[in-house]
Amino acid sequence: MSEPTSGTAKALRDWPLWEVFVRSKQGLEHKHCGSLHASDAQQALQMARDVYTRRQEGVSIWVVPSSAISASEPADKAEFFEPMADKIYRHPSFYDIPDEVGHM
Amino acid sequence: MTEVPAVISTAPVDYLLHLADNALVLGQRNAEWCGHGPVLEEDIAMANISLDLIGQARLLYQHAAQRINAEQAPARPLTEDNLAYFRGVPDFRNYTLLELPHHGPLAGTATSDRDYATTIVRHFLYSALMNLVWEQLEHSRDERLAAIAAKSLKEVHYHLRHARDWMLRLGDGTRDSNQRMQRALDHLLPYTQEFWTTSPAEREARALGCAPDMESLRQAWDAEVDHTLAQATLKRPAGPGHVPRGKFGQHSEHLDYLLADMQSVARAHPDGTW
Repeated sequence: MSEPTSGTAKALRDWPLWEVFVRSKQGLEHKHCGSLHASDAQQALQMARDVYTRRQEGVSIWVVPSSAISASEPADKAEFFEPMADKIYRHPSFYDIPDEVGHM
Repeated sequence: MTEVPAVISTAPVDYLLHLADNALVLGQRNAEWCGHGPVLEEDIAMANISLDLIGQARLLYQHAAQRINAEQAPARPLTEDNLAYFRGVPDFRNYTLLELPHHGPLAGTATSDRDYATTIVRHFLYSALMNLVWEQLEHSRDERLAAIAAKSLKEVHYHLRHARDWMLRLGDGTRDSNQRMQRALDHLLPYTQEFWTTSPAEREARALGCAPDMESLRQAWDAEVDHTLAQATLKRPAGPGHVPRGKFGQHSEHLDYLLADMQSVARAHPDGTW
């Protein structure tokens, strides 16, 4: 592999992975829409623009290094999520919403 | 009715075709990377940019076709497709720079010979020019051309940003990437001399207030190129060399192959729809 010609930019053979979040319109939250490889944050933003917003999907993009995300373990599924299955009273579906409240 | 009819100013057809052919030929060239790009994300980015260029070409061809139909009233009105697919090499008015293949002067035409440094350097040189040209054309007396310019200016802002980004990354990258970029620059820069020559169509368009004086853009273009090359640790080659005349209809042999590739289906199945 060749040596870098200067210290200001370093070509990376293996580009890190980035998670991409796109806000579809003002007022809505950014939603995770996928991931991509890029050498740095600026390049990741531009690539996300080309890969994930080419059909007018967004007005704002966040990119986050995938390595910065701490994720729950699939093995923890039983203790993390299954206890909620029989606690349907936690769903706010037992209330009658007055008409004037509208969509909630 | 005493209403005074509005003065309608339209750029000469040959000038519209020059702009349209530039966009179509480079769009077609860069689209050759579709499915073969260096990485998936860049493959999509370059395909998007090609589609922007082909979209610009379509608007310009539609404008030119309407103008031809109004002036010459041909038995069968022309469409954008007639202009894109049924004109031959000598009729094309694009810069020679834009029809060259993605590799150095002596390489073959195999897909495996394609060199992304050549692609990026040309993409940069042309985007830096069109960034200035569309900005001027926004004020063209040809209102339809001005509207096309307003749309295209937003696109070329991004094209230039994308191109400049890769100029810096590859120029100031590894020794290998720097050498390949320098070779591509040495090969392509002399072709940009054509930007500063004046064709009869350009002269006429300018006289009508429809097009800018290209010479007036030269300083700003030089400044953009020099600034980017300095950041990319690339050296601007000296020496003028051959001045190509693509916009006068005198092309390199490469345009034949490009048009054959692009036009063969339309010519084999005229009026085909799918």
